[in-house]
Amino acid sequence: MELTDIAIKSIYAIVVVSVLMGFCSYAVLAERKISSWIQGRVGPNRTTLPFIGSIPYVGRFLTRLGVFQPAADGLKFLFKEDITPDHVNKVYFILAPILSLVPALTTVVVVPFGYFENSAGEVVNLVLADLNVAILFLFAVSSLGVYGVVLAGWASNSKYPFLGGIRASAQMISYELAMGISVLPVFMWLNAPGTDGTLSLVDVVNAQGGALWNAMWMPVSFLIFVVCIFAETNRLPFDMAESETELVSGFHTEYSSFKFGLFFVGEYAHMLVGSAVVAILFLGGWHPLPFMTWADFGVHGWLAGVLSVGTMIGKLCGFMFFFMWIRWTLPRFRYDQVMRIGWQMLLPLSIANLIVYTFVIYFLERP
Amino acid sequence: MTDLFFYLFATFTLGCAFGVVFSRNPVNAAMFLIMTFLGMASLFVLLEAYFLAVIQILVYAGAVVVLFLFIIMLLDVKEENTHRVTPLTWVASLIGFALLILGVVAITSSDNIKAVGDTLPEAAGASLKNFGYELFTTYQLPMQVTGFLLLIAMIGVIVLSKRMKTD
Amino acid sequence: MPIVVKRKPLTFLEKLYIPEIVRGLTVTFRRMFFGETVTLEYPEQRPPIPAGYRGVPTLVRDPEGREKCVSCQLCEFVCPPKAIRITPGEIPEDSDYSHVEKAPKEFDIDMLRCIYCGMCQEVCPEEAIWLQNQYSMSGYTRAEMVNNKAKLYELGGTLPDEHFKWNKKKEAAANGGDHGHGPAMPPADMPRSENPEVPPVYPK
Repeated sequence: MELTDIAIKSIYAIVVVSVLMGFCSYAVLAERKISSWIQGRVGPNRTTLPFIGSIPYVGRFLTRLGVFQPAADGLKFLFKEDITPDHVNKVYFILAPILSLVPALTTVVVVPFGYFENSAGEVVNLVLADLNVAILFLFAVSSLGVYGVVLAGWASNSKYPFLGGIRASAQMISYELAMGISVLPVFMWLNAPGTDGTLSLVDVVNAQGGALWNAMWMPVSFLIFVVCIFAETNRLPFDMAESETELVSGFHTEYSSFKFGLFFVGEYAHMLVGSAVVAILFLGGWHPLPFMTWADFGVHGWLAGVLSVGTMIGKLCGFMFFFMWIRWTLPRFRYDQVMRIGWQMLLPLSIANLIVYTFVIYFLERP
Repeated sequence: MTDLFFYLFATFTLGCAFGVVFSRNPVNAAMFLIMTFLGMASLFVLLEAYFLAVIQILVYAGAVVVLFLFIIMLLDVKEENTHRVTPLTWVASLIGFALLILGVVAITSSDNIKAVGDTLPEAAGASLKNFGYELFTTYQLPMQVTGFLLLIAMIGVIVLSKRMKTD
Repeated sequence: MPIVVKRKPLTFLEKLYIPEIVRGLTVTFRRMFFGETVTLEYPEQRPPIPAGYRGVPTLVRDPEGREKCVSCQLCEFVCPPKAIRITPGEIPEDSDYSHVEKAPKEFDIDMLRCIYCGMCQEVCPEEAIWLQNQYSMSGYTRAEMVNNKAKLYELGGTLPDEHFKWNKKKEAAANGGDHGHGPAMPPADMPRSENPEVPPVYPK
């Protein structure tokens, strides 16, 4: 590998991560706004910038929309007093927020977000690393994210965080199984007999171009996967780890300021990657319509790049909205209900789904 | 370059493995165990067996050690209670050490190692198709036996943890 | 007798849970886009304060601009958290109201102590201290949270009642020491009413 290659890849990586962080901060804003609209409130509408905010109409509109709020929130996280309680295990206490953010940022590496055609007419996929085992890599690295929560709970050395940590570890294991099994039909369909075998996310998207999207003919897989994504990202109705009504705020009760901010950003980064994966696996990735690709619309070259990335981001935002919509609609499950849903409903359902689709795919692909 | 990385990761893995054995605090040991698994995964990556590397992280680092941590936290092991040497400890460690020596001797004395020449053969687990094919043909019996063992273990756990009716 | 609330068993669709989630989602969706916003944007919009609200205690003037407080110190004595401190002072001889004799020189209410019980208002014989509709007191220091006399009159304003008790007293005193309840001794220069049924008319 040439040095320039490494440099280019690093720049790409930095760009992608900064875009992701930007999305995270605006996801926080979106969450606050959507929750307030659902509850008949106004939401953040005061923060303003000196010059942009004083443009007539536009500035006022942006201020009312809270567009400048993420900057204020970020600064607040930076400058608040960072309290490390006396009774904590210092090393793990500091390590835990980092451990919860790093896996979320690492998984972005294998997430493809579009393609464009270069001057020679070749299709270039926009992805940092097109791994052959991308989906497994994604599951593996995102499963490491639970250590952030568990260690935070343990290192805080107090009751509520501890309970939160224990809950998180049990829940994570329970839902990973069903999640893994629910995506198997997608990859069984992808790997037609005689091919070399691939678990790449780019191939999943390409296979859905000009065909039915997977969610349409694998609704049960889609459903199970979405439920598990909610559980894996610790979102309501599955946020047992932090459930603020019972455990104050669970694993991050003892955290303040920047460390709490890392947890916060980590949660939204997890959500963003999760939404992207749902869009890629089940909702056709960057293809605009079922049975239609951008090429069918006669779009080529760099325009295809813009449109495909736009489609991908649109689907991602749509699913993020769904995340938030669900959060402000459903109450939290009880812990035993979470366990029962995971082990007694989703796991058997996913296995049955796998068996059914094994036969379906066998009969569809039988020569 | 690859050699350098091999020594780097091998040292890292071994160091973390020693960390697992010598830490008094069980949570520290579990964290070292995760890093050992990560080191082993990177060794697999150097062998271009990406599938194995990822599975190593997914299953061991991602699930098994979480369970370890879960148990450690629930049992709340005190540090002083863990450090007690009984005759049984000596016997167990002697047997373990003997098994380790046996394993090393068995590997070094077999022909497999010498068969590896200058050109590295493609690892069986490198491509997904090879992996699946080998698993369902050559290693069919071991896989079934492993599955059966796991089933027995699972039933055993269910029986043990189920409350018996006393009447 | 315990009341037993019978729960309806869930129907099949309800047990599936998914249709119920969809129903909930439609409710929140309707709220999101067609629901009204109930937020009161506070500093610009203020909630309506009902009559009889017990807000920050204030001192009031009568419509003539006289301070009503006569510094009798009843409120100071009755105040449960001892938030009120009054330094009595005299009204100068050349004032129109010199017959009132006393007025507060200093009147401090410590709003860090005040519990808004309204006892001062209830006990005040002069209707001079009122708990009005201000409810937000804030300051950066403890000293800022003590309302002095000037602040209290600024907050209180004028009470538009027309008793003019002390004017009547002055009149009455001028006319022979009566307290407004009717003449004990009619003034000498006043003609007696011919008809005893008609009450005597006094000039204001």
